[in-house]
Amino acid sequence: MTLDLNTFLAIFAMAVATVFTRVSGLVLIRHVEMNERRRTAIEAIPPAVLMAVIAPTAFAAGWAETLACAVTAIAARRLPMLVSVVIGVATVALLRAVGL
Amino acid sequence: MLQHSRPSGEFLAGEFFAGMRAIFPLVVAVLPIGLVFGAVAATKGLSPLETTLMSALVFAGGSQFVAMDIWTHPASWIGIGFAALLVNIRHVLMSASIGTKMQSFSGVKRYIAMLFLADELWAMAEFRAGAARLTPAWYAGIVTPFYLTWVGSSLMGALLGAFLGDPAVIGLDFAFPAVFIVLVMGFWKGPETGAVLAASGAASVAVHHFVPGVWYIAAGALAGLATALWQSRVREQAA
Repeated sequence: MTLDLNTFLAIFAMAVATVFTRVSGLVLIRHVEMNERRRTAIEAIPPAVLMAVIAPTAFAAGWAETLACAVTAIAARRLPMLVSVVIGVATVALLRAVGL
Repeated sequence: MLQHSRPSGEFLAGEFFAGMRAIFPLVVAVLPIGLVFGAVAATKGLSPLETTLMSALVFAGGSQFVAMDIWTHPASWIGIGFAALLVNIRHVLMSASIGTKMQSFSGVKRYIAMLFLADELWAMAEFRAGAARLTPAWYAGIVTPFYLTWVGSSLMGALLGAFLGDPAVIGLDFAFPAVFIVLVMGFWKGPETGAVLAASGAASVAVHHFVPGVWYIAAGALAGLATALWQSRVREQAA
């Protein structure tokens, strides 16, 4: 169990940077007046960020991932979250196993 | 429902357990990722203590994996810290969005809640806020098991190290994309959401293809935002 000073400083810098990003959105909305357009923008944040995170997996990682994403999306229209996720994971494992 | 000046203990416990139930699938999904992170950190020469400390203090998987990617000996705090800032810049948008849905949180509780704003917790909280009132007790219910699992599995991974296999074999690496897809479907409000998703997805894939690093997340998010703003301007002019 060792703790190197340089390593600790790097971890601390990461923590400070991350806390800064997590708190600054909250500070921002406290000091910015809300209007219709800003409300529209804030409402679009969840789908925009989630899509940006998953898009490379969904469209550029391979056929197994793309097909599994489509299956998961269809499952999510009817089934609860846990079931849809299990179906998605099983689909990608199956497709990879058959070499897709 | 009767309005109490203070929520009852029974209500708080109910909210807390409802949160724990909601986050359960993600706790299962984060366990192998934490193990892999710990194992990767061990190969980079981090001690189990250092690995655990990073998971506990940073608590942002994406930036932790990126840090391992660019880790040097001795560690450069400027490079690592700046990389974490870039990878996590999306948190600014996430925190601004969820911050408008925290009416039941006191000022201090809002800031404490933000310290634990990981992607998965944020997405679950956004989803909850769409269906019910987001309460501090429910939020604590999703944070506690998820945080402890992330830190605990990082430590386990660091100790087990190379004994661990590749989670891609059984498709577990796909658990998070799958959860995010389910959540995206839940945010669907009609063709306007479709345009936001299309812009975000296209920008993200294009930037991911041509620009190294994690710029694709910021690019996709901003493209989606720009589309939403453009739509609202068109609506205003039509009105």
